[in-house]
Amino acid sequence: MSGTTMITDTVTVFSRELRPVLRDPFSVVFSMIQPLVFLGLFAPLLPEVEGGSALQWFVPGIVVMSCLFSTSFTGSNLLFEIQTGAHERMLVTPLRRPALIVGRALKEIVPMIVQTAIIVLVCVPFGFDLHVLGVLAGVAILAVMAVGLGALSYTLALASKNTEWMFWTVQQTVLFPLLLLAGILLPVDDGPGWLRALSSANPLAYVVDAERALFNGEFPASTVLSAVVASVAVAALGLAVGTRAMRRSS
Amino acid sequence: MNATMIQTSDLTRHFTVKKDVVEAVRGLDLHVAEGELVALLGPNGAGKSTTLRMLTTLIPPTSGTATVAGYDVVDRQRDVRRVIGYIGQGNGAAHSQRGRDELVSQGRAYGMSVRDAKARADELVASLDLAAVAERPVSSLSGGQRRRLDIAMGLIHAPRLLFLDEPSTGLDPQNRANLQEHILKLRAEHGTTIVLTTHYLDEADAMAERVIVIDHGTVIADDTPARLKAEHSGDLITLGFGSAADAGRAVTRLGALADAAVSADGAVVEVRVAGGPRLVPGVLRDLDAAGIAVESTAVNRPTLDDVFLNLTGRSLREGVVTTSTEEVAA
Repeated sequence: MSGTTMITDTVTVFSRELRPVLRDPFSVVFSMIQPLVFLGLFAPLLPEVEGGSALQWFVPGIVVMSCLFSTSFTGSNLLFEIQTGAHERMLVTPLRRPALIVGRALKEIVPMIVQTAIIVLVCVPFGFDLHVLGVLAGVAILAVMAVGLGALSYTLALASKNTEWMFWTVQQTVLFPLLLLAGILLPVDDGPGWLRALSSANPLAYVVDAERALFNGEFPASTVLSAVVASVAVAALGLAVGTRAMRRSS
Repeated sequence: MNATMIQTSDLTRHFTVKKDVVEAVRGLDLHVAEGELVALLGPNGAGKSTTLRMLTTLIPPTSGTATVAGYDVVDRQRDVRRVIGYIGQGNGAAHSQRGRDELVSQGRAYGMSVRDAKARADELVASLDLAAVAERPVSSLSGGQRRRLDIAMGLIHAPRLLFLDEPSTGLDPQNRANLQEHILKLRAEHGTTIVLTTHYLDEADAMAERVIVIDHGTVIADDTPARLKAEHSGDLITLGFGSAADAGRAVTRLGALADAAVSADGAVVEVRVAGGPRLVPGVLRDLDAAGIAVESTAVNRPTLDDVFLNLTGRSLREGVVTTSTEEVAA
């Protein structure tokens, strides 16, 4: 029996989280149902924009939405493991507490990539203009955001240990304001000042702006930098509070 | 004298529930030597699980100290975790996972290589009779199968010290017997130190060489089941008579028995005394000589419930617990 490190512990947790996804890849599609509904039933309502399909503007937002939905739900898996006893069993192993949250949060990147690929590929035949480099850069930023959002969802699950309703109440209460204030469905630029002010406090809004540029093959430095800063900030916050909650978990 | 495996000193844990302080464990002093099989016995809420959760580093003590395998449970948490196996009250395997996958992950968590973890998982799957279900999602397993999987996970790293919290709760008698057999085998083959909590009296009686009775967060008795019973309870001799009048006369005669507690209820007389089976023939002859006809006789050996009743004035019994009864023809 050899020694473990923070890295091997994280790999252990990451692989364990990923395994049910690999065993049942279709599960990744379940959390995509809503984003796909929006894509199918909302996108056709969008007015045509000059010089291309409205999809060019809408798809990056749906990619972020899909990521937001699946990462915000992910804490419910941990909540279920807390209730059944699987989480307690892991707490008694020598796994380092930060690895328990980092490994789980890192796994969020995998479904996010699969979901993004599905959305993009579905839209290409309908006139979405694919810029591979831009999409890859966009996915890289979104990966950092996914880790942060996942960690926050896990933190919420740990905090809701004995009150399952709290997880769902908070998750549902936070989800839609985040979504709307990120300008995913409609642009916030033309909204009233107070709404734009709220939007500017929403880290997702910066990511959505950057994704739109990147998915269109543009690389505006300040927009991209803002999105990187916003994603890193959310990831740092999520992992910090998540580690704290995991250390206190029993 | 074997080396010390568990040592606690004035171990105390409080919980705050809506501004009320609940003293779950109060000043517990415990010593368990390497290789012992100890049962913590007590009613629900006695503090058994809280004690186990402190010893397994899940919760810190409010005050007092505890060392497990020489490591302090607060300062050396990871060292403690490496040494111990823990089978909690819940199910260790997540419902979304497959049994074998969880076993391999568990092995990895203890630093085993993928190859070693897989080999060890195969071994445990075979020995715990899980081959038919190891590739199925845990959510589809029966209660007994999940419990066996829990045991397999707790044993993956062949721990020197194994904690089991209410291991057989919810299992049918067949599965309980299997589980007990497994635990005893583990001990015989590997000399594993085992600490289990239970509120099944017969389980503690049958398995443990040492029973620690806990009530209201403190140890109220600590000995072998046989000595506990001898010291804190006697055999129960029940005598049936044709009438309450006969029973009354019998009570008077039986008053001559040394160290016996005699009580009558209608036509039935109960005698609580040590060494019951040896006393019965003499008692019967004596009553016969006095012209009192005994219609029925039974001798019940004491159970741990009698011990608990004697110590606390309350019964541990939940439903009917079988006792060994020796019927004597009268």
